[in-house]
Amino acid sequence: MASILVCAELNEGKLASTTLELMAKARDLGDVYAVALGSGAKAAAATLGKHGAKVVHVSEDAAFGEYVAEPATDALAALYEKEKPDLILFSFTPDSREVAGRLAARLGSGLIANASDIAGSAGGFVAKVPYFGGAKVASMKANGKPAIVLIRPKSFEASETGGAAEIKQLDAAVAEGSKRAHVTERVVEASEKVKLEDAKIVISGGRGMGGPQNFPMLEELANALGAAVGASRAVVDAGWVPYSMQVGQTGKSVRPGVYIAVGISGAMQHTVGMKTSKVIIAINKDAEAPIMKMADLGVVGDALKIVPALTAAVKAKKHG
Amino acid sequence: MKIVVTVKQVPDPNSNLTLEGDNSISREKEVVLDPGDECGVEEGLQLKEAHGGEVVLVCMGPERAKDAIRKGLSMGADRGVLISDAELAGADALLTARVLAAAIKREHPDLVICSTESYDGSTGMVPPMLAELLGFPQLTFAKKVEVDGSTVKVHRQTADGYQVVEAATPALITVTAGIAEPRYASLKGIMAARSKEIKQVAFADLGVDRGTPAETIEGVADAETRKAGQVIEDDGSAVDRIVQVLAEAKVL
Ligand SMILES: Cc1cc2nc3c(=O)[nH]c(=O)nc-3n(C[C@H](O)[C@H](O)[C@H](O)COP(=O)(O)OP(=O)(O)OC[C@H]3O[C@@H](n4cnc5c(N)ncnc54)[C@H](O)[C@@H]3O)c2cc1C
Ligand SMILES: Nc1ncnc2c1ncn2[C@@H]1O[C@H](COP(=O)(O)O)[C@@H](O)[C@H]1O
Repeated sequence: MASILVCAELNEGKLASTTLELMAKARDLGDVYAVALGSGAKAAAATLGKHGAKVVHVSEDAAFGEYVAEPATDALAALYEKEKPDLILFSFTPDSREVAGRLAARLGSGLIANASDIAGSAGGFVAKVPYFGGAKVASMKANGKPAIVLIRPKSFEASETGGAAEIKQLDAAVAEGSKRAHVTERVVEASEKVKLEDAKIVISGGRGMGGPQNFPMLEELANALGAAVGASRAVVDAGWVPYSMQVGQTGKSVRPGVYIAVGISGAMQHTVGMKTSKVIIAINKDAEAPIMKMADLGVVGDALKIVPALTAAVKAKKHG
Repeated sequence: MKIVVTVKQVPDPNSNLTLEGDNSISREKEVVLDPGDECGVEEGLQLKEAHGGEVVLVCMGPERAKDAIRKGLSMGADRGVLISDAELAGADALLTARVLAAAIKREHPDLVICSTESYDGSTGMVPPMLAELLGFPQLTFAKKVEVDGSTVKVHRQTADGYQVVEAATPALITVTAGIAEPRYASLKGIMAARSKEIKQVAFADLGVDRGTPAETIEGVADAETRKAGQVIEDDGSAVDRIVQVLAEAKVL
């Protein structure tokens, strides 16, 4: 049996949902164990056990949260030397990327990033990697020892198996020399009411919204529907809305029940982050926009007129 | 302060990209300095303007990647280093990082600036690997950079805001698009760039171990596409139709 090490991601002590997505897949690939570093690691270990980890290596050392990447790299390199897993899985998220990159360079193994799937194959692993803006998918056999693969969020669905993991204390005294890039402050700017990744409905606005002054229109609709608001990169780069709202290749991946693209053309780099949504509705004044070729319902018209009317109709339906 | 900015040449993201017969992205068409790296060059120049020093551009790529370096030089960078070797065609992230690290070590920089991710590869794996190989701390996803003596401080973009991250130099930072609006090269800048040095370095001179590529491509397929559904003109009934679809999807 292949041995798989899942590197858990903890955000402010909370286990990231992407880690549990990895667990679901890892169980198909071999014997799964996990590692959780930083405050909250023990609580995370219990959850990881329920999702199929046989063993979870934990360390609650605060240094993992306080210093970027290097302490975690030290701990994972030491764990690798001891356990020699065949495959190390990370989420393809900003925080995990930093650690995975350093680890792959330190171990000299290289890595495969941005994978959307992985399977076992004759003594190794083959990852599927979307490229060319998501129009093509390459099958890549991992040659590294260990194989290190980073998986895009929302590639798999998390599910509990109901087990319990053996918890092993990881004696990873963090070297003083690794305490360098120091996180001295955390500033929350936008506290999302409904998290983009978890929302059942996502309403995203693009350049067709005309300007930042029109985004509150989408928020009103979102409030009426209990939806989250996303955006295309064009409007994030233009500074209309924060990066946290960006959906797509270099933003978030979402998979809601309904995705409403408003004034978004549907560039591949955008659609790669939302095309697995169950139902897609597009509102665009251009009938030829690429988004119209993948939407379940495409409405050709002016978003600035349709959105307020839709909000009113939704409110009327809810209260009437 | 000595600043190295890594710069990459990529197919122009504003052009119509095509695939070669072997499914690699065609580089025969227009190529440009990666727009993300343009922001890196701008940030480097602003830091130099504030603190003095030198901005050196380091690039690994084919001969004609010189054009990307030249672009940065015309914006105001001081000189360039190009590692160009047929053996490096198709290099993976780790080999790229090894090559860049070997070339950058010779420069003894205080600060290395990369872009968070490139426009073509866009996996952003080279910078953390590079930081590791250089033995530098990494300050990533910066949307703001401040240098005070030998301390560098960044605002690191996060999902819901930012973190303030600090380290002593030497350090590596990655900058996000929009950290600084890249300046246009002036005519004077373009003229000056012609006489600026671009040093060519051969792969063999760097003493880099090639290593094994992290992956072997076994095949390429078209991604699954969704079928188009119904497209309607908004003749006043569109809102009702949307409400109906929302109801059918059981979200309303
Ligand atoms: C490496 C790389 C990574 C990228 N990553 C991402 C990513 O993560 N996410 C992302 O979104 N993009 C990404 N992009 C950018 C992507 O290629 C597109 O440029 C971007 O998605 C376009 O945004 P848009 O649809 O808002 O703007 P546009 O393409 O300009 O489209 C605007 C649309 O609005 C419509 N419109 C105009 N006025 C109205 C109106 N009044 N009512 C209705 N419709 C109207 C127009 O018909 C048009 O279709 C990336 C690009 C690259 C090169
Ligand atoms: N061949 C290269 N030459 C110079 N810099 C590079 C090269 N490849 C990657 N980089 C740097 O690393 C950043 C991220 O690239 P990537 O990891 O490919 O997404 C780029 O924006 C560059 O700053």
